[in-house]
Amino acid sequence: MRKYETVIGLEVHVELATKTKIFCSCPTEFGKDANTHVCPVCLGFPGALPVLNKRAVEFAIKAALALNCEIPRFSKFDRKNYFYPDLPKAYQTSQYDLPVAVNGYLEIEVEGVKKKIGITRVHLEEDAGKLIHAGFADYSLADYNRAGVPLIEIVSEPDLRSPAEAKAYLEKLKSIIQYTGVSDVKMEEGSLRCDANISIRPLGSTKFGTRTEIKNMNSFKAVERGLAYEVARHTEIVESGGQVVQETRRWDESKGKTFAMRSKEEADDYRYFPDPDLVPVIVEPAWVEEIRRTLPEMPDSRQARYISEWGLPAYDAAVITASKAMADFFEAAMADYHDAKAMANWLMGEIAKHLNAEGLEITETKLTPAHLVELLKLQDNGTISGKIAKTVFEEMFSSGKMPGEIVKEKGLVQITDEGALAAIVDEVIANNPKSVEDYKNGKEKAIGFLVGQVMKLSKGKANPALVNKLLREKL
Amino acid sequence: MLTQFTLAEIVDKLAKKEISAREVTEAALARIDAVEDTVKAFVTQTREAALAKAAQIDAKRFNGEEVGPLAGVPMALKDNICTKGIRTTCSSKMLHNFIPPYDATVAELLENAGSILLGKTNLDEFAMGSSTENSAFFTTCNPWDLESVPGGSSGGSAAAVAAEEVFFALGSDTAGSVRQPAAFCGVVGLKPTYGRVSRYGLIPFASSLDQIGSFTKDVRDCALVMNVIAKYDPRDSTSANLAAPDYTTFLDGNVKGLKIGIPKEYFVEGINADVKANVHKAIAVLESLGAVAEEISLPHSEFGIPAYYIIAPAEASSNLARFDGVQYGFQAEADNLQELYEKTRSAGFGPEVKRRIILGTYVLSSDNYDAYFVKALKVRTLIKEDFDKAFAKYDVILTPTTLGLPFKQGAVRDLVSMYLNDICTVPTNMAGLPAISVPCGYVDGLPVGMQLIGKPFAEGTILRVAHAYEQNSGLPKKKPTLTAKGGAVHEKI
Repeated sequence: MRKYETVIGLEVHVELATKTKIFCSCPTEFGKDANTHVCPVCLGFPGALPVLNKRAVEFAIKAALALNCEIPRFSKFDRKNYFYPDLPKAYQTSQYDLPVAVNGYLEIEVEGVKKKIGITRVHLEEDAGKLIHAGFADYSLADYNRAGVPLIEIVSEPDLRSPAEAKAYLEKLKSIIQYTGVSDVKMEEGSLRCDANISIRPLGSTKFGTRTEIKNMNSFKAVERGLAYEVARHTEIVESGGQVVQETRRWDESKGKTFAMRSKEEADDYRYFPDPDLVPVIVEPAWVEEIRRTLPEMPDSRQARYISEWGLPAYDAAVITASKAMADFFEAAMADYHDAKAMANWLMGEIAKHLNAEGLEITETKLTPAHLVELLKLQDNGTISGKIAKTVFEEMFSSGKMPGEIVKEKGLVQITDEGALAAIVDEVIANNPKSVEDYKNGKEKAIGFLVGQVMKLSKGKANPALVNKLLREKL
Repeated sequence: MLTQFTLAEIVDKLAKKEISAREVTEAALARIDAVEDTVKAFVTQTREAALAKAAQIDAKRFNGEEVGPLAGVPMALKDNICTKGIRTTCSSKMLHNFIPPYDATVAELLENAGSILLGKTNLDEFAMGSSTENSAFFTTCNPWDLESVPGGSSGGSAAAVAAEEVFFALGSDTAGSVRQPAAFCGVVGLKPTYGRVSRYGLIPFASSLDQIGSFTKDVRDCALVMNVIAKYDPRDSTSANLAAPDYTTFLDGNVKGLKIGIPKEYFVEGINADVKANVHKAIAVLESLGAVAEEISLPHSEFGIPAYYIIAPAEASSNLARFDGVQYGFQAEADNLQELYEKTRSAGFGPEVKRRIILGTYVLSSDNYDAYFVKALKVRTLIKEDFDKAFAKYDVILTPTTLGLPFKQGAVRDLVSMYLNDICTVPTNMAGLPAISVPCGYVDGLPVGMQLIGKPFAEGTILRVAHAYEQNSGLPKKKPTLTAKGGAVHEKI
């Protein structure tokens, strides 16, 4: 019997994919030479002043609407004051008590159970620069290209009850944000970052236990592992009669443990106050509606449609709609094809395997819906076998050539001519007396081996059904 | 001597090609050579660039090309206004070597208007003070009495104009830092409405109160400078997107029926009797011109200074946090990050700046925020409401600029007395209103200033009243003596 309940709330930072920074016109582009995308404003030079990028507000509102948030008419920016060399002004311009969006939710499903997770707020802020600690040198280098890139912080209610729910929340959040197109939400590149607040309490209790804040969980898996570690740690402390200390802890992926960073007493007093260099953000309802109209169909709705319209199993629909690129691809392909399940199998199987291996989105490959439809049709009309289809796929995935062209070039058309196959079948029978014998003695499995031999000799081009039929006739 | 003319006169002579920009610039530089050792207005001089610019202006004019409205006029900028490629120090050790890679918007506007920068003027460190005694480098002297302070924080700019080293200068005013030194140095000083002049490139002290303003020899010159610097700037989010009028059109001398409010709270305790008498004489002059003056009350004015010393340090503590020795400016030798911060900021800032950073940090801390910062903001609202009520009935409000006369260097040692220098000027910053200080008499050979406060963006109205007064004041046309007076020590308040 479980004695404790886990309570988790997540704070997720998402980098917005605006062309320019939140308070200046420097590009946000990732991966350029250090300190090339900087100006007096994002370097925090004295006298330089911020001017809010309206597009950043629009993107924040778009994401917030997708998360079912309310958009207050009035919000403002505040300064969060602390010293660190990656923070050029020694304060981060953020939103404290009046964020751009409040009161949203998203829905997760874990082990077949659906659950709404509340979203307290979404606020806009600027990113900091990056420090580079060069080996054992006695200095650090600062790159301010990222300083001033717009972020939204999405704060959940403490509604999550397990590390698995936390992971499901993150996956769903990522998917929704990705659908809105306001961020590329790549955890590996840091455009999606997650901190967690976690506590445990006796089952049935309504009072929260003492929480710890966990930082540095840099992948979905790390979030799940880090939180599971903390659940175990809290439980052990409480079980042995101790008290959990309120503190910030750092997840160490390689050691699989969390380590204390700073206690509540050591926590910074950020001395938030309204930024006098910026004016309040007034969001007219008409603008909100305008932005709402630009929202695409969200994953939940698409999932329901795939099930009802195309009879796709719920699992397949969920997997395909998790990525907007994948779902868009699927829909485009289905416009010219009939068998949703066969299509889904390709997307979830061979294609997903290749995408994962190369770390690509489907839109970043040479593959188009037309490629896949043509391939499936070639298989359906018997031109190629399922086995050959995989060979053709490999080729079209890497070269981008159409499957029909590949089949023609490489002579991969299936052999359905009985005469042509008979010779190969005869050869196989002649060369495998042992298997022939086994078959005749009632070992049904032996026929499979013989079919395989024919397929091999025909370089996979033989029609397997026809081979089977010919073998049985001849034996 | 060319330097004795006003800006308007010099512009006229230049336009008529009676003189060249080079001649004017050389005259101004000669004047600087003659008096700067005694006045000490400049932190940095830009003589070569000035002469080059003058030559350029002359060539353009010779070729019949368009030159700006202030073409060929020598001027100075307070050393907290960023100038591209020219050291901008805030009179602080922290920025002693800081060369901005960009121009403040006002510097750019003045550059495009053809004016010629002769240098950067001294101030109280980071504009915190009322005497320039807080400059990390030296104290500027009052041209009317070299032993007295020029006022502050824009004391260098005020003294440079009073000593006729330049035809005009810009300063910044957070609580009175343009108007108080203008009064002390006997020149005209305008603090425009918050948002009227761009703050881009002004190294901030308290962002919600700071406003760039001008020092000129008379009111017409002030209008001419405003015509160039009052402009919407998309780089400053708090800049007003409002077209500025031609301010010279207000200088028609007509104040008939104009209603002037005289707030009683500005004439009580601590006011110097001679200052009071001179301001009353000025009121009488305006009445003689047809204006109607009535006593009014601005009851929350007395809370201006206490509220200011919460709000301004709070903003300053955040604005000045960026001076950490990492990117630019003074950097102390240190073995680790914490030490770098501590040593840089300990050695880089002077005592008054540190005091205000500590104060501001205290009032913003989560335990004190509501009791101090939020309460001060409420006081600020009350002060603003006082003005709103008064301006429902009156066109301008008239007060002394300061309660006392310029004081001797080193004479005011007690901080509160020093802070009270801004008592008449700080409420307008809290309310964001425009206000001008105009000379209105002399006591013991030292100038007295009166302040005219206007409605938001009604700079034209206060210029009209100031101009009408100036033209009819009957004051002798005095120039500072550039000598030490000795004698009475004018203790402040």
